[in-house]
Amino acid sequence: MADHPNDAPLEHLLRELAPQVLGAVARRFHDFAAAEDAVQEAMIAAFTQWPREGVPENPRGWLIQVACRRMTDQIRSDIARRDRETTVAAETETLTPLSEIEADMDPDDTLILLFMCCHPALTPSSAIALTLRAVGGLTTAEIANAFLVPEATMAQRISRAKQTIKTSGAPFRLPSSQERTGQLPAVLHVLYLIFSEGYSSSIGSRLQRFDLAREAIRLTRNAKTLLPDNAEIAGLLALMLLTDARRAARTGPDEEIIPLDKQDRSLWDRAEISEGIELLTAALAHGSVGLYQLQAAIAAVHDEAKQAEETDWPQILALYELLKQVSPGPMVTLNHAIAAAMVHGPAKGLELLRTLDSDPRVAGHYRLDAVRAHLLEKTGDHQAAIKHYRIAAARTTSIPERNYLMTQAARLAVD
Amino acid sequence: MKYILLMSGTRAGVEGYHAWPKQDIEAHMAVLHGINKDLTESGEFVATQGLAEPKEAKVVRGEKNGVPVTDGIFPESKEFLLGYWIVDVANAERAYAIAGRISAASVNMPIEVRQFASHEAKSR
Amino acid sequence: MKYILMMNGKKSDFEGYARWSKEALQANVAFMRTFSKELKDAGVFVSTEGLGWPSEAKVVRAGKDGEPITDGVFPESKEFLAGYWIIDVESPDQAYKIAARASQAPGAGGKAANMPIEVRPVLCGHADLGL
Repeated sequence: MADHPNDAPLEHLLRELAPQVLGAVARRFHDFAAAEDAVQEAMIAAFTQWPREGVPENPRGWLIQVACRRMTDQIRSDIARRDRETTVAAETETLTPLSEIEADMDPDDTLILLFMCCHPALTPSSAIALTLRAVGGLTTAEIANAFLVPEATMAQRISRAKQTIKTSGAPFRLPSSQERTGQLPAVLHVLYLIFSEGYSSSIGSRLQRFDLAREAIRLTRNAKTLLPDNAEIAGLLALMLLTDARRAARTGPDEEIIPLDKQDRSLWDRAEISEGIELLTAALAHGSVGLYQLQAAIAAVHDEAKQAEETDWPQILALYELLKQVSPGPMVTLNHAIAAAMVHGPAKGLELLRTLDSDPRVAGHYRLDAVRAHLLEKTGDHQAAIKHYRIAAARTTSIPERNYLMTQAARLAVD
Repeated sequence: MKYILLMSGTRAGVEGYHAWPKQDIEAHMAVLHGINKDLTESGEFVATQGLAEPKEAKVVRGEKNGVPVTDGIFPESKEFLLGYWIVDVANAERAYAIAGRISAASVNMPIEVRQFASHEAKSR
Repeated sequence: MKYILMMNGKKSDFEGYARWSKEALQANVAFMRTFSKELKDAGVFVSTEGLGWPSEAKVVRAGKDGEPITDGVFPESKEFLAGYWIIDVESPDQAYKIAARASQAPGAGGKAANMPIEVRPVLCGHADLGL
């Protein structure tokens, strides 16, 4: 993941420490936004100095001290600027001893940050960027690279996000158990988006591509450590692992898409699949069944089949029926239609799709035509399938998807 | 020197592209992928983007009551930008050579070559 | 989501632009600078470029031996890309709002020209996970 392989352990260390340091400094100064800037600067200093001077004995303490010093300097210069005309001494309190700051630290600090960064007042892209910075410890450049925007734009996005949080008056404290229940879906959604949206194109990338899927898994793992009894976090982590397991088989040499039923399953990561299933089993034992656990369960059924033909479609269909109740929506309906087609025949699947024809949320969405085309092909109506593959190709905003859909149409056009 | 290489087509042309035989689509994708790889290796690659289909195109003119005035109607003959490459090359001839390669990979479609006018705001 | 906002013009539009008064030119340049800054401040800016003039434009096709054949002749009606912005926004409506703002760039008379700005989604290079 790093540009220089020997930096990898240093980067890893800094990223793990970042939210802890930020938590300590934000709590000390009651200013999340300024603390975040100060911690960033401390990280950059560490990244420059430690390779030369060696990692300090107390790396976290080092970072806290540098960040606090930066904060104090900033406060002093702010006061000096404001009190330019007076002779009031700009002597603020002396730097608090590190031992005191470390004593105040709370393992929940990272959790506080996570909830803060996924504040409902933030847009999804802002929450994603801020979470990756404050909780993930990524640099602005790394986040910009992952989302293919200029660094300055990403810096501004993060700055505005912090401003929104400041304006919202969110205090630096752990939400109550009840508040957490209400806010957790937003947190999980942000982590989910980081996993699913954060792939940068590898076409012509000069910088090493930052692996956001791996980062999402790491952040979700950390969240699970902080909330070990939460079944939905475990479900989300399982879903990520079970999906990530197929990564090597998902694209061909020219970046072309290989659908699930055509993937070379020997390329699937068995270790990730095992871990995903283990997590899922433990989560389901808790009793409550949520959106991510169900999606993970569906992924698990796919991943357990040695070959596509052995897939337990009735199981998957039952799970989609549950999912439709727990988290109804057009995408779920689409996937449910596919499963229904596999069990009851394509006509049944097409029937279920018709309910979406009048749904404004999905009108004009490429997936509706893509799934329809797939099912029409299965009924043998090739002309209609070709038509819908081409409509879907015209509507998708993904290059590999477009190529795939066009190829499907072309394949049928020949027969 | 930075050049932008533009690939355009009419709505009818795009529909024709959608109807290409499978081998032609796959060959096209593979050749373009190869060109991008070569350009990256030679250090000439800056960016490439594909644009969504002309059906998704909108034209916006000003605002009425704070709402943008949008329109999706274009003449049949309109040439829509389908995608582009931005290359950083030693001279114009090199830009034309690259454009020629892209054209050859794309049923000899004409590729328009334009130099960048200003040094404002790079996309890095 | 990334969108491209394009300003197009015929040869005659470029020629007209070349005859603008100094004040009109300055007003337009100032607007463009402000507009770019607005995009950057909003955290949506990806890139912007102005393109060379139609007189410098070439069309290239591969010749029989792979050598490029270049041509600088275009029909009078051809619309040339004059420049573009690429923005990263949360919704198409946000893209149209920004395009409407771009459309307000002052024209020959120094007032908002209400230029048509073509808005297109930019394709991404990754596949849907279908989750």
